[in-house]
Amino acid sequence: MTSPTPQTAAQTRLAALMQPVRMTPRRRLLDMLDRFTPFLAFVAVLVIWEAATHIFAIPSFLLPAPTAILGAGIAVDPMVWLDHIWATVRVALTGYAASIAIAIPLAVALSDSRFLKRTLYPMLIVVQSTPVVAVAPIIVVTLGAGDLPRVVITFLIAFFPIVVSTTTGLMATPDELIELSRSLRAGRIREIYQIRLPYALPYVFSALKISVTLSIIGAVVAEFVAAQSGLGYFIGFSTSFFKIPQAFAGLIVLVVISLVMFRAVAWVQNRFAPWSLPKSERK
Amino acid sequence: MRTPPAIHFKDIEQVFPGKSGAPIHALHALDFRIERHEFVSVLGPSGCGKSTLLRLLSGLMLPSDGQVEVFGSPIKGPRDDVGIVFQRPTLLPWLSVIDNVTFPMRHKYGRVTPDDRKRGLEMLDLVRLGDFADKRIDELSGGMQQRVGIARALLLDPDILLMDEPFSALDALSRDEMSFELLRIWRERPKTVLFITHSIPEALLLSDRIIVLSERPGTVRDEIIVPFARPRTLETMADPRFTEMANSIRRRLFSHPVDGGEA
Repeated sequence: MTSPTPQTAAQTRLAALMQPVRMTPRRRLLDMLDRFTPFLAFVAVLVIWEAATHIFAIPSFLLPAPTAILGAGIAVDPMVWLDHIWATVRVALTGYAASIAIAIPLAVALSDSRFLKRTLYPMLIVVQSTPVVAVAPIIVVTLGAGDLPRVVITFLIAFFPIVVSTTTGLMATPDELIELSRSLRAGRIREIYQIRLPYALPYVFSALKISVTLSIIGAVVAEFVAAQSGLGYFIGFSTSFFKIPQAFAGLIVLVVISLVMFRAVAWVQNRFAPWSLPKSERK
Repeated sequence: MRTPPAIHFKDIEQVFPGKSGAPIHALHALDFRIERHEFVSVLGPSGCGKSTLLRLLSGLMLPSDGQVEVFGSPIKGPRDDVGIVFQRPTLLPWLSVIDNVTFPMRHKYGRVTPDDRKRGLEMLDLVRLGDFADKRIDELSGGMQQRVGIARALLLDPDILLMDEPFSALDALSRDEMSFELLRIWRERPKTVLFITHSIPEALLLSDRIIVLSERPGTVRDEIIVPFARPRTLETMADPRFTEMANSIRRRLFSHPVDGGEA
């Protein structure tokens, strides 16, 4: 309609209600503050930390100031950093890949066979109950030099959550779908990879997120025990020379690596299996 | 010679090993038949063995004694001429609507031919979801999801449609709507339907005949022929005889008078 028609009172009232929210400068500022709240809180902690170390004259071997940590980090040759980062990431990723490659088929076997569940599962719990940190020196002695003992230690720390969670997911498939599959006589293999495994994906990804950070822990533990490079080794020798700010710098690099790897797994889930996320977490 | 009935439960006994050692007698001397393209509801209290009935007919379970026959031949295992609609839609959330409908082909044969897809789209048109083929499952309402479930069950064009309380998880309004939808679908694609339900009005509205089962061990307690003319509409439900029949069935089920009004 082109000709303007006289509005009724109700239409006018409605139009007033349906006005878009106006962005005043004040509102814009509040919006901005809201968005950056987590970041600002983080900065605030750093500022308080920095101030506290100066005000209370805390010695740097107890708690170095953030600026001291940054300085120590910059003082280390970037190539040296890269060397250590690569050593740790290489071990963590290899161990992580091995734990996925073994844990998921194992979970399929456990969920499919009562016999395996009754024989293998108790053994897995025994393995999981053994403190890997305590076994690590033995593994190093047994498996000798090279990446292998470190990868095995990483694997031992990272694989258990994947087995447990995937098994739970595989068992959580609705009975009706299993009946549908059986009534179609589709066979065990298709039942597993077309129904059970996809159904388990939300559980699998929860475990993958936990395990990716565990694999960094595993790699570092292994480097504490025996290594000539890697961030665990770097932190170890920094502390033994009382270079505490440098050790802190190594720690921060580790945290960053963990966060990046965690985000990477979350990205993969979001990209390839968005339905496995709760609706509120989808992008 | 008389043609054999579409479904014949012949003197079925079903006994399960109980957890505490005492065997559970689920079905006893169960015997009834369903003719081709007949719509029969099975009504009964919880635990009367209705789901056992369904598993027997889908071939997922064999009777302890007696025989289930489909068009005269005994059921020995799962078969293609029986489509199942479950209580919950049980769709696969990682597949689109059309891929869910054609899933039986992918699952059974490992691939979906263009023909299968065409048939899937036809089924979606039949359940009035033609425009939703490429949507994700979580974009659909409960009633729409159950329509997808029906389309999936009809894909292989089975002679027999098994429905296990298919609308019981829906809200009351969607439930009424789906009842009429099912009648329309059944009119367009005549099938032999075995419809398991808890709802007396639903059974009366949909069926040609209602089989009332007793408590465990389940056996046929009553057989009611539903006299209302088809096609059935909202007016059918307003018919005084409808309420009267519902009340009489309810009385017999509970063996004592109960006020009407329950949906």
